[in-house]
Amino acid sequence: MNKNSNTYIFIYASLMVVVVAVVLTMANLTLKPLQQKNVKNEKMTEILSSIGIEANAENAQELFDKYITEEIVINSKGDVVGVYKNGQQESGTERAFDINLKVELRKQNKTQDGHFPLFIADNEGMRVYIVPVFGKGLWAPVWGNLAFKEDFNTVFGANFGHESETPGLGAEISEPKKEGKIVFSDQYDGKQIFDADGNFQSIICVKGGVANQSKVAPEHGVDAISGGTLTSNGVTDMINDCLINYVEYIKKNK
Amino acid sequence: MSTVKNEREPLFSAKNIRLMTTPLNKENPITKQVLGICSALAVTVKVEPAIVMAISVMAVMAIGNLVISLLRNSIPNRIRIIVQLVVIAALVILVDQVLKAYSYDVSKQLSVFVGLIITNCIIMGRFEAFAMGNKPWPSFLDGLGNAAGYGWILIAVAVARELFGSGTIMGMTIIPEGFYKFGYVNNGLMILPPMALIVVAVIIWIQRARNKDMVEEN
Repeated sequence: MNKNSNTYIFIYASLMVVVVAVVLTMANLTLKPLQQKNVKNEKMTEILSSIGIEANAENAQELFDKYITEEIVINSKGDVVGVYKNGQQESGTERAFDINLKVELRKQNKTQDGHFPLFIADNEGMRVYIVPVFGKGLWAPVWGNLAFKEDFNTVFGANFGHESETPGLGAEISEPKKEGKIVFSDQYDGKQIFDADGNFQSIICVKGGVANQSKVAPEHGVDAISGGTLTSNGVTDMINDCLINYVEYIKKNK
Repeated sequence: MSTVKNEREPLFSAKNIRLMTTPLNKENPITKQVLGICSALAVTVKVEPAIVMAISVMAVMAIGNLVISLLRNSIPNRIRIIVQLVVIAALVILVDQVLKAYSYDVSKQLSVFVGLIITNCIIMGRFEAFAMGNKPWPSFLDGLGNAAGYGWILIAVAVARELFGSGTIMGMTIIPEGFYKFGYVNNGLMILPPMALIVVAVIIWIQRARNKDMVEEN
């Protein structure tokens, strides 16, 4: 057969595509369970790190089971629609850990019926509420976990992650915690999301530094990253858009 | 048939060995041919991703060269670049999947750069220049050699950058605490991409100072 005829080229190309597709699908199917386990471990590690627990891929599951005592699913009206406790579903059908925040936020935007996850941890006798957040950075998604003290107002700890923010600038939001150094996420410790009158204020990244302005009260503001303003704004929006769905729940359970 | 057998050269003949060794030095893809610079800038901040990147490129290049060489007589000339791209892309996706499954942290660090192996000029270059016209075994060795040539430069640059930029190698502290007390400071510039070019340039300089025949006439 003539190697340069159109028929040959078409058959060759089609065959090649089919063979490659089969090989890749097989690889994907066989490796998927391992990959999903990695993603799950990472999620647990991130949630734990917001309450200051260092976990790694090996002990993530164990530590998660130890510290996270309850997983709750709520809606923006403040109703509890699912409780997962001690390894089993107590009420409702959804488990907070399995919720895809991105999907729920979009649902909330469209029809106001998003379901949001809330983790309750027991940190040396203290009840800590952990709220996962998800939003848009400058280039791609950013996400994080905010942990609150028992009053569900004061931040206990926070951590952030990002997919592809600019290294050295926006990417600083996920700088790992280090002793003797205040990284971006450390600034959230002790900040409050409600003002004295009980109105929701969120926590805002302030360009130029909280100390140099008077618009945002110091307990509701953190310093934005210099050179990373757009990412910082993304973090501000993310925290506001996610936490606002918990306001009713917090008010009901005060 | 027997005569053909007699003409067959041994697997590791001098010629075949040379295919593997020249890319390490005189025909190095980075320092001589100046290919694959893009990824040399991107993944050399730390040693660990550099090693993983080197191994990944080696797998893609050796297997890809072998596959292309096996197919070389059947590939229609008019779509050969597309065929080469499909082979690279398929292999890169495989590497990415394997990394995600077995080395998740590293795969996160490398993130887009694994995908960018597809556009690594060295691989396309070797497919087109070597594998399309040579037998499978020499092609395989050529792939290994060129990837090793690329890899050692990558790792050398990464060692220099991590040592002077963060004071560590493979995450272990190398520069003693005492140095910092006397005012030694890690060089922040080392972490930024431009420094990779300068380190590569220094390697090229040393290499050409030692091999006078590599210096271009003009």
